[in-house]
Amino acid sequence: MNTNDQPNTLLEVKDLCVAYGQVEALSNASLRVGEGQIVTVIGPNGAGKTTLLSAIIGMLGSRGQVRFDGTLETVPEVEVLVGRGLGLVPEKRELFGSMSVEDNLRLGGFMRYRRGDAYLDGTLAEIYSLFPRLFERRKQLAATLSGGERQMLAVGRALMAKPKLLMLDEPSLGLAPLITREIFRIIADLRRQGVSILLVEQNARAALRVADYAYVLETGQIAMQGPAHELADDPRVIEAYLGLASKHQEMLAT
Amino acid sequence: MNFQIAMLLGQDGVTNGAIYALLALSILLVFTVTRILLIPLGEFVTFGALTMAALQAGEPTRLVWLLLALTLVDCALDLLAAFRSARGVRLPKWVPFKLGYALLLLVLVQNLPLAELPMAMQAILTLALVVPLGPQMYRLFFQPIAAAHSLVLLIVSIAVHVAMVGVGLLLFGPEGARTRPFSEAGLALGPVVLNSQTLWVIAVSLGLIVALFLFFERSLYGKALRATAVNRMGARLMGISPTLAGKATFALASLIGALSGILIAPITTLYFDSGFIISLKGFVGAIIGGLVSYPVAALGALAVGLVEAFSMFWASNYKEVIVFTLIIPFLLWRSLTSRHVEEEE
Repeated sequence: MNTNDQPNTLLEVKDLCVAYGQVEALSNASLRVGEGQIVTVIGPNGAGKTTLLSAIIGMLGSRGQVRFDGTLETVPEVEVLVGRGLGLVPEKRELFGSMSVEDNLRLGGFMRYRRGDAYLDGTLAEIYSLFPRLFERRKQLAATLSGGERQMLAVGRALMAKPKLLMLDEPSLGLAPLITREIFRIIADLRRQGVSILLVEQNARAALRVADYAYVLETGQIAMQGPAHELADDPRVIEAYLGLASKHQEMLAT
Repeated sequence: MNFQIAMLLGQDGVTNGAIYALLALSILLVFTVTRILLIPLGEFVTFGALTMAALQAGEPTRLVWLLLALTLVDCALDLLAAFRSARGVRLPKWVPFKLGYALLLLVLVQNLPLAELPMAMQAILTLALVVPLGPQMYRLFFQPIAAAHSLVLLIVSIAVHVAMVGVGLLLFGPEGARTRPFSEAGLALGPVVLNSQTLWVIAVSLGLIVALFLFFERSLYGKALRATAVNRMGARLMGISPTLAGKATFALASLIGALSGILIAPITTLYFDSGFIISLKGFVGAIIGGLVSYPVAALGALAVGLVEAFSMFWASNYKEVIVFTLIIPFLLWRSLTSRHVEEEE
């Protein structure tokens, strides 16, 4: 895999700390995503991966620095960051269940609509060609979709905003192996189209295969980092995250 | 009871019911988008009616000073927030516009020959005065506590209602007021003469309901408000600000409230404190709709109007009792059929 050593920095997080009351969920986490890169954060359940993404986009109060696309966000605000091109597909998808698939997608382009962007229908067509399944189901209510379709809708909805950086929280969680493979194929596709991606995953093997650079988050701290293919060969990573259990998953997935 | 009386009562019931339906829809709208039970909705009704009456009497209504005062506080808070945030240039672009609007209305109200204006102009002026109070109310009292528990929101809502009733007494005095009907003509349908105000109320309510439907079903802004109601977190991730959504729904609620006030002012005498009981009947409709369903809420509110009219004939002393007792079977039915959902936040 071709790793571009120093592309322009799109997102830079420095010493980010989040505390729930007395408990520190994230301490001094720093990471960097370059333009056109896929960066992954792997780690066990409860390591603070979702907290990290929520803090970056401003859903959670945090201390530290978030610099996105050249601007320092002292107090990140969701609406502002979304407007500037940061997208998040949260772990719980957060779809508009009682609205149609197409309405969900159109709302994804809300910020662009407000700015008077005329190409929204074009983007919608692109999303439908990326996910033909969503086109078939465009009149259906989002709540009636299957797990995989929901994930596609969540990704498609985020893409409607034409984000510069897309953050994906556990995109393969709860999905059948075949659909997981489909999702990772789409992630690779997106990178080819120039979307940078920050991918948070428990499925470490798949994540490391698709990513350029990787961080390992353990109990709220960045424990290891490096180019994804190097981490994939690291004996500590292999033992902790790519052990037999995930080998088994992997065989199911292929 | 003969046919004639039944028709008369029916006409009364439908007229009031249409107003209750509008109020039920705004209560529902505000509740689903912001989780606030808008108790002060009735005050928009009375403020609308009493402002209209003041304008027709040629008085430069004192409401304009309330508008100016709230605008000043609103702008001061905006400036303070902008000053505190790192991006100092982003917010205050609306400040001159807001101040200009309040001052313009002040000048208009002080200088126009209010009593001689055509009625449509008086109505528009009334709306221009009352509607901004909605978003300002949200900005001042609810935006700072938007994330609070819904019980806290309810308590603040009650406090705002009580304060608004007091302000209403201060602005409009203790006397009741009634305005001139929009037109004198009636429509004779066989043996029944339909009061022209009834027709106005029904026509405007229907028009407003259709407009609301189109707004929420067809426009992306309407869908964005619905999205906020369906999934607040998801809406924020789409860049739909809950603050903006809150202000927009409050603006819709104050518009509907003030318009209802203008519509019923020629039919009933309204006092500064009449709003609560009116909006409470809208609330009964909203409850019948389970605080979820718009069409059921509107129909429920219409039924409230009819029950009220007919119980006025049979047991006028118990009119309110009967109307509010209606809520009990529906609450029972709701609590038995719907499963309890824990509040998310």
